[in-house]
Amino acid sequence: MKDTPAPYTTPDGRQIGGVLMELRNITLRFGGVEAIKDISFDIREGEIRAIIGPNGAGKSSMLNVISGFYHPQVGEVWFRGAKRPAMKPYEVARQGVARTFQNIALFDGMSVLDNIMTGRLTHMKASLLSQAIWWGAAEREEIANRERVEKIIDFLEIQHIRKTPVGRLPYGLKKRVELARALAAEPMLLLLDEPMAGMNVEEKEDMCRFVLDVNDEFGTTIVLIEHDMGVVMDLSDRVVVMDYGKKIGDGTPSEVRANPAVIDAYLGVAHD
Amino acid sequence: MLYRTAGQFKTSYRADQALFPVRQDAFLLGIILIFAWAVLPLTASEFAYQTLLIPVLIYALAALGLNILTGYAGQLSLGTGAFMGVGAYACYKLITIFPEINMAVAVLLSGLFSAAVGVLFGLPSLRIKGFYLAIATLAAQFFLVWLFEKWGWLYNYNASGAIQVPNVEMFGIWVAGPLATSTAQYYFVLGIVTLLTLVAINLTRGSAGRTWKAVRDMDIAAELIGINLMKAKLYAFAISSYIVGVAGALFVFMWRGAAEPNLFDIDLSFRVLFIAIIGGLGSILGNYLGAILIVALPVLLNTVPDALGLTIKSATVEHVNVIIVGCLIIFFLIVEPHGLARLWQLIREKLMLWPFPH
Repeated sequence: MKDTPAPYTTPDGRQIGGVLMELRNITLRFGGVEAIKDISFDIREGEIRAIIGPNGAGKSSMLNVISGFYHPQVGEVWFRGAKRPAMKPYEVARQGVARTFQNIALFDGMSVLDNIMTGRLTHMKASLLSQAIWWGAAEREEIANRERVEKIIDFLEIQHIRKTPVGRLPYGLKKRVELARALAAEPMLLLLDEPMAGMNVEEKEDMCRFVLDVNDEFGTTIVLIEHDMGVVMDLSDRVVVMDYGKKIGDGTPSEVRANPAVIDAYLGVAHD
Repeated sequence: MLYRTAGQFKTSYRADQALFPVRQDAFLLGIILIFAWAVLPLTASEFAYQTLLIPVLIYALAALGLNILTGYAGQLSLGTGAFMGVGAYACYKLITIFPEINMAVAVLLSGLFSAAVGVLFGLPSLRIKGFYLAIATLAAQFFLVWLFEKWGWLYNYNASGAIQVPNVEMFGIWVAGPLATSTAQYYFVLGIVTLLTLVAINLTRGSAGRTWKAVRDMDIAAELIGINLMKAKLYAFAISSYIVGVAGALFVFMWRGAAEPNLFDIDLSFRVLFIAIIGGLGSILGNYLGAILIVALPVLLNTVPDALGLTIKSATVEHVNVIIVGCLIIFFLIVEPHGLARLWQLIREKLMLWPFPH
């Protein structure tokens, strides 16, 4: 483990702790295509870390590496000070990593409430027998977890749709339900893959508020992929910039904005 | 007016998660249970028992088992008939090896054997999905029926190659074999079906059910939120095959009285699958509605023309039955893939608002 940087407090009063996850020299290949080329960066406790880059830069692949869905050919993932062995995605989730998806991945056949309850499955341990008779541990667990889920429903202001099948919901609300499902797991690390894609200004503002609130109230560390530069610059503490699978910038929003390589690749060069 | 839920306030999560949070649902179910447990046995004729009541319950139970696998966990299976056979042969061996065993215990134990076989043939589901899995379960179907024929030990080396249900007593009453009355057998079946239905309802509304539905709706997302797909699928195979196996044991011991290997061939698998599809995949109630339809249809086709004074050849009746069932399946696959259960759901939603739809 490299030297742990000192904790500090952000100007808006949030505590940023030590390194929660570190990615070291990650290289990910699909056949002959190198989706990620030798990328290293760290994620610190309590921060909002953005990953930006043009389409096809490898941002979602990076998120898939973090959540254990892709296994990089080269490189190591360190989580909470220990090297993470090769793990199945569900084991990573049980370690406290939750995520949302670029294309909404809700369970269409279930109600909003049941969808969010699936987020609690990693916390539910009642035996099958107890569930079969709905008595004892299973019933207690069901009610205790329902209470947790209701808190998240209140937090994200989706009380009115809790019994609606998710298939009937409009896009913006689906995104919010997906965030609720991820939050229900009470993750240490929350990965948001384009949480504001396809939303109008008002919905984006709501979602920004929720992301900030989640980080502030639960102290959840958040890794965020987003295309809206205004959102990224406002929300994030630090930004990783990717292009063609390579890291071309890393730092605070203002540092990144001033980085000539980033301006070239992504923000655009003024041609006159 | 009749189905108004207004005014039924829930003040605790326990009340909201009760089995029937809507009072009218509980009331309806109560009426159905009274009918099933008291009214029908008092009024039913021997013909009604043998052609309607007992087969409806047994087919509904088999469809319920399949529905857990296909409707809830999303794993298509064409081996239901063979898994029923495993339950039936296991029950036969249990009864003949331990003649003193309680019939209910034997039936419930025989499900364990089909659960084990189900898990074994469910292993391919870890790698393959959809149609390909259906083919893999088809292999189970043909292999097991072949085994029932070739493995003499299973039918105690009986010269006919069939199993013959012996007379079995439970608490001083004959429940299986030629001496058993239809009433006793009906109550036996009803008791087990009621018990397993309750178990299935509890499993599907709790975290096991949510796990299965998550696997069905989007397996990648399910794995990324922490579900062990292997465990979830194998549990689905085990529980589904258990219920199917118990249904198979009842099928032979409480209804058919004897069984040859080809009783469990692919026709039976399809029949149970049709019940589940017509009734509604992913529903408990649907299995009963589907079973009532599939079992009652040929009986109606046989008796109604007679009552009207028409004479139709029995071969014609059989053909008409096949045509109607085929049309129904196409109808449901196109118009209402969630089956009769969804139709009831829609009626119920409308009734809740009726007569003031705002």
